[in-house]
Amino acid sequence: MKITRAEVEHVARLARLELSEPELDTFTSQMDSILAYVEKLNGLNTDDIVPTSHAVPMENAFRADQPKGSLPVEEATANAPEHAESFFRVPKVIE
Amino acid sequence: MELHELTLNELHGKLKQKEISSVEATKALLARIDAVDPRVNAYITVRHDGALKAAADADARIARGEIAPLTGIPVGLKDIFVTKGVKTTCGSKILENFVPPYDGTAVAKLKAQGAVLLGKLNQDEFAMGSSSESSYFGTTKNPWDLECTPGGSSGGSAAAIAAQTATATLGTDTGGSIRQPASHCSCVGLKPTYGRVSRYGVIAYASSLDQVGPVTRDVTDAAIMLGAVAGYDPMDSTSVETPVPDYLASLEQGVKGLKIGLPKEYFIEGLDPDVKKAMDEAIATYRALGAEIKEVSLPHTEYAVATYYLVATAEASSNLARYDGVRFGHRTAEAKGLIDMFAKSRAEGFGAEVKRRIMLGTYALSSGYYDAYYLKAQKVRTLIRQDFTNALSEVDVLLTPVAPTPAFKLGEKVADPLQMYLSDIFTIPVNLAGTCGISLPAGFSAAGLPIGVQLIGRPFGEDAILQAARAFERETEWHKRKAAL
Amino acid sequence: MKYQVVIGLEVHTQLTTATKIFCGCSTRFGAQPNSQTCPVCLGFPGALPVLNQKVVEYAIRAGLATNCTIAERSVFARKNYFYPDLPKGYQISQFDLPICVNGHLDIDLEGGGTKRIGITRIHMEEDAGKLVHADIPGVGDDSCVDLNRACTPLLEVVSEPDMRSPDEAIAYLKKLHQIVVYLGICDGNLEEGSFRCDANVSLMPVGSNVFGTRAELKNINSFRFIKQAIEYEIERQAEILDEGGRVIQETRLFDPSTGTTRSMRGKEEAHDYRYFPDPDLVPVIVSPSWVDEVRQSLPELPDAKRERFVKEMGLPEYDAEILTSTRELAEYFDATVALFPQAKTVSNWVMGEVSRALNEDGKNVTECPVTPELLAALLKLIEKGTISGKIAKTVFDEMYKTGKEPEKIVEEKGLVQVSDTGAIEAIIDEILAREAGQVAEYRSGKDKLFGFFVGQVMRASKGKANPAVVNDLLLKKLAP
Repeated sequence: MKITRAEVEHVARLARLELSEPELDTFTSQMDSILAYVEKLNGLNTDDIVPTSHAVPMENAFRADQPKGSLPVEEATANAPEHAESFFRVPKVIE
Repeated sequence: MELHELTLNELHGKLKQKEISSVEATKALLARIDAVDPRVNAYITVRHDGALKAAADADARIARGEIAPLTGIPVGLKDIFVTKGVKTTCGSKILENFVPPYDGTAVAKLKAQGAVLLGKLNQDEFAMGSSSESSYFGTTKNPWDLECTPGGSSGGSAAAIAAQTATATLGTDTGGSIRQPASHCSCVGLKPTYGRVSRYGVIAYASSLDQVGPVTRDVTDAAIMLGAVAGYDPMDSTSVETPVPDYLASLEQGVKGLKIGLPKEYFIEGLDPDVKKAMDEAIATYRALGAEIKEVSLPHTEYAVATYYLVATAEASSNLARYDGVRFGHRTAEAKGLIDMFAKSRAEGFGAEVKRRIMLGTYALSSGYYDAYYLKAQKVRTLIRQDFTNALSEVDVLLTPVAPTPAFKLGEKVADPLQMYLSDIFTIPVNLAGTCGISLPAGFSAAGLPIGVQLIGRPFGEDAILQAARAFERETEWHKRKAAL
Repeated sequence: MKYQVVIGLEVHTQLTTATKIFCGCSTRFGAQPNSQTCPVCLGFPGALPVLNQKVVEYAIRAGLATNCTIAERSVFARKNYFYPDLPKGYQISQFDLPICVNGHLDIDLEGGGTKRIGITRIHMEEDAGKLVHADIPGVGDDSCVDLNRACTPLLEVVSEPDMRSPDEAIAYLKKLHQIVVYLGICDGNLEEGSFRCDANVSLMPVGSNVFGTRAELKNINSFRFIKQAIEYEIERQAEILDEGGRVIQETRLFDPSTGTTRSMRGKEEAHDYRYFPDPDLVPVIVSPSWVDEVRQSLPELPDAKRERFVKEMGLPEYDAEILTSTRELAEYFDATVALFPQAKTVSNWVMGEVSRALNEDGKNVTECPVTPELLAALLKLIEKGTISGKIAKTVFDEMYKTGKEPEKIVEEKGLVQVSDTGAIEAIIDEILAREAGQVAEYRSGKDKLFGFFVGQVMRASKGKANPAVVNDLLLKKLAP
């Protein structure tokens, strides 16, 4: 087993995904087989290899410190499921 | 010839000569959408009124003598492109009602030329899939065989071209999402070099792999579309300042003396015989045209799918964290407190494939596994990139299959994600290497399903692969066949 | 006390750029909620960050001023966690490759001498928005999110755990505060959250060099609270250790109303930030020539200023300390000395009348109606003997009120000092005649009455008599 059901539950919590019991079962077995497949990467020695985060070499993309208009506040909040005045509204944190 | 059958370039000629108006063309396309899209389901959103208004504006512009290559051309956009005031869902329930307050850069460039936006095209949810079956808005069907998938994730873009419900379209390609559906639907699909087209306003799946590109009826149209959207964008830090060449200028120059490499690792067992046959014929065609054919090696090919599914899912897990039900998107109706609201909204809003990839990516980045999975994959990515650098120093372009098989049946691979992932084996390495590739029609299977071949070029060598693709197209008739609907 | 406290500080300084770190929205404080937002800082689908170059320049400034090495290549990373004030579900920060490393600050110790506090790193990052409980009808218990602050540029300055008392921690913070304000990269406003501090506090037995388990104290927004929070934490941990217990590593929230800290456990799950390089941003490469350019543009820093004031201008340490407490005050002083090169006299006036007037008025020295030019002009009038030091204070008050030139005030009010011996003699004669009794007492040996006579003469002259002349003449006339 590459991954246990308990680990899958932990990952789901980190990812803020509420998974049903059947989903947990399915994902555990699917992730397990995918992780078993990706195991093949360990067959490669990569000790002296520099990781690639951009396929095309790039550096120093800047913008000048000049104001560019903001959105009108109605547009900023227009897609919000709930808002109060010009705030986004969310349930409170339950401790 | 019906108006909806015209290529972009043909329609441009008629608009320029004022033989027809953009309003006429747009009406023809809208009528075609109304007639066949209920069976194909290429569109999530159709803009009847908006398109006609844009067409009238384009006609006014043409009347003033200000015609650009895309002025008045009815186009469809994958629903991953953010469009101001036009619902943008990315194929997901979580964005079912999202109406963006801004246009992405590629969209703005099309609009600036006066292109007519017909509507938004179906896709796999958040571009995660190879069959367009993961869309919340129902699967798109392959116009060549309605029982088959059009491929994915830009399935709507390819299906709309094949169904003649758009003159040209844009898609995005993270692991083959333009080239594979283009191959399955007998279209031309180009994935440009990473950094060639701005990603600003393109909903992110895997940021270091995503790239915008055209899906069109022929190579000339692809060159025109790429020319319209390519170029440096100050809003995208990863767009590149390399000048954009005139892709049409070199298009007809042929392939005499061109060195074409055949990566031996791509001619694997299990390659569908029809695909193999199309490849052999394409090789023969190029040889006859005076190209030099040579075997090359991309030794790390077998690691590409594993690398991709770690890099892409890791980035996706982070990119999709913003869908939390606070500022936009779906929010659950029954939350007990904040954390519950997050977890339920996301659980209700995302489909199974998206959840699976978020889970995998979260795991690959999590404490204790980062080095073994994510970092390891980024290192293997370096090896894969080097493979392409080496091969493309020996030859000018690479010729490969696009997919191991023609389009598969709807539902065939849904239950086995890994099988689905493996079907992207020939397209994924190009994204990992960051270079460009084009899929072009190269034959049909015994069952009548389209088959494409892929040309891969050096970084920013889009002109070279377009030129090679055009030479093939001139010699063949495959791109002229039309799906019977 | 049998325990030694070990303190490390993480300071977030909000930068005074005009726009946010990754978009063109304004950073102005106090605007209508969510009115300074755009697709980028709202984390809208498809939006991408582009780095504000000024933030890099400010980071280099801070690095140079704190003796850091400026990294030739630094990289932005995503710190992933969910919170409603964090629009993208991740914060763009720097992780394993920050822009500045290995610096230090020297702090002055209470009993004299200095101590070097190591600075581990300085990195650039974006701020989160604000989660507030607005008093809006119908909202009930729900929280409200304002994202105006989201994506505002921050520098996080992380110290080594080198401080061994709350006072050292305060000294370090004040020093760092002074530097970032001097550099013009942070407004230093603690109340508005422009300069925020988290403290890592642990105890170890005296004589040990093995650090104990630390608690991270958050939410401290004044120097006074930092001291309180650390002191409370020392007591709390000492009590646990005394009872044979173990301190647990955790984040604790400081509560200013009680002066205590409380655990944040339960509120957040075990963190796993899943840092990875942000693929939307590219590496920041800082060339040696860029570093040099920024170095050239650095203002003189407080330590250097203080040294110059003492060594070159001959001021006492005390004066130099006060005059360099803010960059503006030091610049005011410098500008005045440039026009009236008697440093100690200028120092007395700046620390005296100028500071008093500003304090009473609640104004900053940059808003002082008596500009360095005007103050220098006033000091020149005293030097020339046109007015006395005493009258000068009256003139100063008038200048402060009206912004008028001192010469004009002196003329309008007829305040020119009288040095004419004849005129003064006449006044003296009149007083001595009137106060015959006192004169007799003085002459019989009651020397301290001399001051009385000076006072009488000054009063009679309405303060205009030249005090030196008055002294001379009085001594002569009172001589037996």
